[in-house]
Amino acid sequence: MAEPVLDTYIAEENLPYEFCPGCSHGKVLGALSDSLKQQGLDPTEVVIVTDIGCVGLSDKYFVTHAFHGLHGRAITYASGIKMQNPALKVVVLIGDGGCGIGGHHLLNAARMNTDVAVLVFNNFNFGMTGGQHSVTTPMDSITPTTSLGSTDAPMDIAGTAKVNGGGFIARSTAFDKDLPDMIAKAMNHDGFSLIDIWELCTAYYVVRNDFGRKEMMGYMDSMNMESGLLQETDRPSFQTSYKHIQTQAGEQKPMSGLVLETKFSSDLDKPIRIVLAGAAGQKVVSAGNLLASAATLSGLWTSRRADFPITIQTGFSVAEVVISPEPVLYSGIMKPDVAVLIAPEGKAKIARLTKAMEETDTVYYADGLGDADSDATQLPLNFPDSAKKELRKNISVLAAGYLTKQLSLFPFEALKEAVRQIQKPKIAEINLGVLAHFED
Amino acid sequence: MNNNRREMVDGAAAIARGALDAGCDFYAGYPITPASGILTHMLRELPKVGGIGLQGEDEISSIGHCIGAATSGATVFTASSGPGLSLYSENIGLAIMMEIPLVITISQRLGPSTGAATASAQGDIQFMRWCNSGGYPVIVLSPTNIPESYHLTKRAFKLAKRFRSPVFIATDKETVMTTESVAETEMIDAPDWPEIPDEPVGKPLDPYQVNGTIHHYTGSSHTEEGHITKDPDIIAVFNERLKNKIESRVDEISLVKPDLDIGAETLVLSYGVTARSMEAAVAQLRSSGEKVSALTVFSLWPIPEKKILDCLKGIKRIIIPEMNHGQYRHEIQRLTNSDIDLVGVNRVDTFLITPEEIMEAYHG
Repeated sequence: MAEPVLDTYIAEENLPYEFCPGCSHGKVLGALSDSLKQQGLDPTEVVIVTDIGCVGLSDKYFVTHAFHGLHGRAITYASGIKMQNPALKVVVLIGDGGCGIGGHHLLNAARMNTDVAVLVFNNFNFGMTGGQHSVTTPMDSITPTTSLGSTDAPMDIAGTAKVNGGGFIARSTAFDKDLPDMIAKAMNHDGFSLIDIWELCTAYYVVRNDFGRKEMMGYMDSMNMESGLLQETDRPSFQTSYKHIQTQAGEQKPMSGLVLETKFSSDLDKPIRIVLAGAAGQKVVSAGNLLASAATLSGLWTSRRADFPITIQTGFSVAEVVISPEPVLYSGIMKPDVAVLIAPEGKAKIARLTKAMEETDTVYYADGLGDADSDATQLPLNFPDSAKKELRKNISVLAAGYLTKQLSLFPFEALKEAVRQIQKPKIAEINLGVLAHFED
Repeated sequence: MNNNRREMVDGAAAIARGALDAGCDFYAGYPITPASGILTHMLRELPKVGGIGLQGEDEISSIGHCIGAATSGATVFTASSGPGLSLYSENIGLAIMMEIPLVITISQRLGPSTGAATASAQGDIQFMRWCNSGGYPVIVLSPTNIPESYHLTKRAFKLAKRFRSPVFIATDKETVMTTESVAETEMIDAPDWPEIPDEPVGKPLDPYQVNGTIHHYTGSSHTEEGHITKDPDIIAVFNERLKNKIESRVDEISLVKPDLDIGAETLVLSYGVTARSMEAAVAQLRSSGEKVSALTVFSLWPIPEKKILDCLKGIKRIIIPEMNHGQYRHEIQRLTNSDIDLVGVNRVDTFLITPEEIMEAYHG
């Protein structure tokens, strides 16, 4: 037992508690105060985070730091408080109602093993709002919202935290003499800890269901929900694990931008809007990036949009590139100047765009895609013969090379320089090899 | 500085860099297109600088983590889209009540609900303003391009700290997910915007600390010391202060870019990515001899009323392009007299508004 700092952590000027006569909440708050005394904590070391409901009245009775937030969310605030300042001891006071509406937060905090101590004031109903049924209400119970008996299986709060990896899990009652000790153990566990503390709501649940202390203990037995320490693991807490992540990450360089310096020039005098339309796996977006980067290296301005389905490696892949002698303001494309049909999926996807194209616009198409419903001039992608073997794997970069040659937007050398500057060395080597077919 | 240096960058990277350069050291978020890029950057970058970045189990827990961390002294940030804003909403009210500095990016996509995932939109302009119970004011900034995404994000952190309030960055799929070439100088050089004072309006947030002052933060009505109260007089004063701390300083928050043509009778007013189509349309109209003025609004909320009214001298018609059914037009209607015609250019069909549509509206 540590040297006591305070005799009590209860703000005595705010007593008596405003709980109903016979309510167990005051007993648990007393146990918490005794536990803080036993741990010899300075009140500024402790943050008590309360949920909503009768238990949410508790923060004002403590001389420690306090946080009173929204229903069911107490554990999320507590985790944030602890993550930012690990020197604080963070205790959550929440009811069975809060564990219902915030069940997702409860089980995920257990999974994360975030270092907070959760005390559940579990009295089997919503006391503050008139005794409606909660997630822990026993089957067949009479409440204002289950007037003929509840039919839902009760949630095992401690069990839920346990199977989701919570570091320290116990079940207790408000009447247990060792509750201050159990709270101290929970608070000193490095990781998520939870004590499911069973209580009596004398205003509602007890009187409607003849559920006194004896009946509560009988119910505990009948449900095979044993009391005491249910789980204690030495799995590292979120705080401990994250320190390792920070250490590893600290060795990496911070993010920086990809800067391209103008090396080439261009005669382009008005914006050109290009759409590359292919299929997943054809590196269509990468080819769009190459065109945009080559244009940028040539003193032009660019925007590049990518469009693909939420699934990957299947379906269409479309890159929309705007290249302009002035900074691009409007980056949309309602009617491309040039469309490149690389795969049937992309062709179908941009059918609306190709249909809008006019005679002065050009559609370039890969083998078999030459019948677009469009007034545009339609020309085959006439790759050099030597390049045919590249079609299966590298058709998009071939298309970028072909466009560069056909449209003369910027020097071919700029496209090669883009490959060298923006792609990983291994990929760049392959793509430079592909582009060499245009120079034979 | 070499003017030939251009950065290939998207809005997600610009916003993340703005947050990091503003001193953000805590981020929690949940994946959603078109805001996931920001989440990825923040979770990768924050641990490098000793900060914390995590993915919550949902948007509710993410913003909850942020609010908790802020009371421990963190400079916090989260980002999502319209569906995530729905889930943020209850905690935005809490942040207003607790006076938490909290920067939130909303990368808008076309709704309602899941909508056309994922197309650009500007349909959450009113939602950001009114998503809290009680309708208390928040600050909403909207960048039109990538460099402004960076600089306005930095500014959002200053405003959040000064006003101890949620501050939104209202952007969209197009700005966040399109990669553009941008002059490096535009990313680096601070725009010529009025400085936001460093000192907080009212009491600074004093975080929980061992051996510090005892603090009670609560979402219930409370005294200035953080103690719950039901005293109607105290509640009235407190709630009025929450409203007035922002609304009495509209001039300080207001940020617009007027591009006025003397003698013009038409003003085009826009914001966000649509302001770029406006700029293109206005340039073309002027090159064909038309007199037309333009006004870009960066600070959408609180509405920069004076700055807008300052641009209306001689104006008989205002054209307001926006990718929604006219959410900002209704606000402008409230400000102007009936002698001024208001014309909306609106799209909710996944496409950006084109410069041509704005020119068509101009020619009526």
